[in-house]
Amino acid sequence: MNGWSFHLSLFKEYVGNYLKTKLTYRADFWVEVMSDLLFSAMNLVFIFVVFQHTPSLAGWSRAEVVFVYGYFMIPYGVFGTFFNLWNFGERYIAKGEMDRVLTRPAHSLAQVLLENVDPPSMIGSFVGLAIMISAWSTLGLPFHLYDPFVLLIFVAGSVLIYAGIYMTLAAISFYSDAPTGIIPLMFNIQSYGRYPVQIYNKGIRFLLTWVLPFAFVGVYPASFFLQSHGDWTMPLLTPIVGIVFWTIGLTIWNRGVKRYRGAGS
Amino acid sequence: MTSAYLELIRIRFLMMLAYRVNYYSGILVYAINIGAYYFTWKAIYGNAETLAGFTAGQMTTYVAVSWMARAFYFNNLDREIANEIRDGSVAVQMTRPYNYLLVKMMQGFGEGIFRLALFMVPGMILACLIFPVQLPTDPVRWALFFVMIWFSFLINSQLNILTGLFAFFVENNEGMMRMKRVAVDLLSGVIVPMAFFPRWFESVLQWTPFPAITYLPSSVFTGRMSGAEAWQALLVQAVWFAVLIVPILAMWRASRRRLFVQGG
Repeated sequence: MNGWSFHLSLFKEYVGNYLKTKLTYRADFWVEVMSDLLFSAMNLVFIFVVFQHTPSLAGWSRAEVVFVYGYFMIPYGVFGTFFNLWNFGERYIAKGEMDRVLTRPAHSLAQVLLENVDPPSMIGSFVGLAIMISAWSTLGLPFHLYDPFVLLIFVAGSVLIYAGIYMTLAAISFYSDAPTGIIPLMFNIQSYGRYPVQIYNKGIRFLLTWVLPFAFVGVYPASFFLQSHGDWTMPLLTPIVGIVFWTIGLTIWNRGVKRYRGAGS
Repeated sequence: MTSAYLELIRIRFLMMLAYRVNYYSGILVYAINIGAYYFTWKAIYGNAETLAGFTAGQMTTYVAVSWMARAFYFNNLDREIANEIRDGSVAVQMTRPYNYLLVKMMQGFGEGIFRLALFMVPGMILACLIFPVQLPTDPVRWALFFVMIWFSFLINSQLNILTGLFAFFVENNEGMMRMKRVAVDLLSGVIVPMAFFPRWFESVLQWTPFPAITYLPSSVFTGRMSGAEAWQALLVQAVWFAVLIVPILAMWRASRRRLFVQGG
């Protein structure tokens, strides 16, 4: 059995277990789904309310901004499902669960991710897709046969960017006492990616493109499908930036695991 | 008895102080949020001078001061109460010779004083350095603003207590608490000032306590409301504070009758 099918079979088992525990507390599942969606609903209300006072946002119409937001929700949901690393530092390093993870046959990262898989987040992706499709028809955009494939590749690229950045942050706990505030900090920076980058000043635009490339989880890939913003250079960079950040994240993780000496006691 | 309540304020303040490092990054998080909305509003204004009665400059100040007011009035009393109800420790609290709700309110004060001194004030200074915030020059406006965010804190805490007490009646009030949080952010005016909502919705909103939490004090601070209108805003807050006491007491009575604690 090769590595991929091994991890895939583990994935099935873990999701199965997840469903069994959650079916016992069905209400909790829906509460989680609802509160994920509430946050997006709030942002959409914001978009709809402000567009009553202005026809465009730095050259973007309401339907276009909604389209970008719909795209933003898709990779975010996938990322939330598979890369639930919020409490990694506390649970695995401070409480020492990493020692157990290292005794398992699966790759350490895969093991940690599997233990934390969070399917409710995925619902947000489907809602995002629905929003995108409805904005697509509002805008009367043409549909090409290659669009679904391009979308798939872009979403994969965006997910890899999230994954790379958050893996790096999680892996910091291998090297030092991780500052607890850094993940919420990143979480708030990433919300800059949900609106067109054109509204920000040059410094922030540079930051969002090359340093913390959150523009690639929303506006850049989404603009590929919008004809009026049809420069294809940035959209097509999405998968490349994704692979670069994923590689950086994985490298830092793997080195960190090698350095890891346990929590002591 | 008063000294016991004052002691609760002091203890909570000291407890927050012990974890003050956690709030340093909180200041940055708030600055990032102010930034996100500052740039968005700038783009929304474009070439327009005023929208919904706010000038572009007032809007920047509004965004900064609203987030910083939130840094002060925000607390997790709802979650604390719900947890104590769920794990049953509320029963022990009830046997003690003090009023549980007042205890929670005092703990909220302790946290509020901490947040004001170590979170809101440094955050506001940082925001003024980064963004073109126009501070009011009139000392009366400053004084009025500080009285008003005090009421914001009270009203927000009252809503938190109400939401927390729901744990007596439903098995899981997590969803309700999250919904309340989004509702407060969206409807109180942190995300969008009330004046930007469609006319019909604005008139509905005026009959809810939400605008009293952020919209009214921030409007006074930015100078959108002044003179008699500002004093009237303060009156609205005071009325909401008084009105909200009624459902809290009603719920508290009903819940004491309902309480049964599992296990031992």
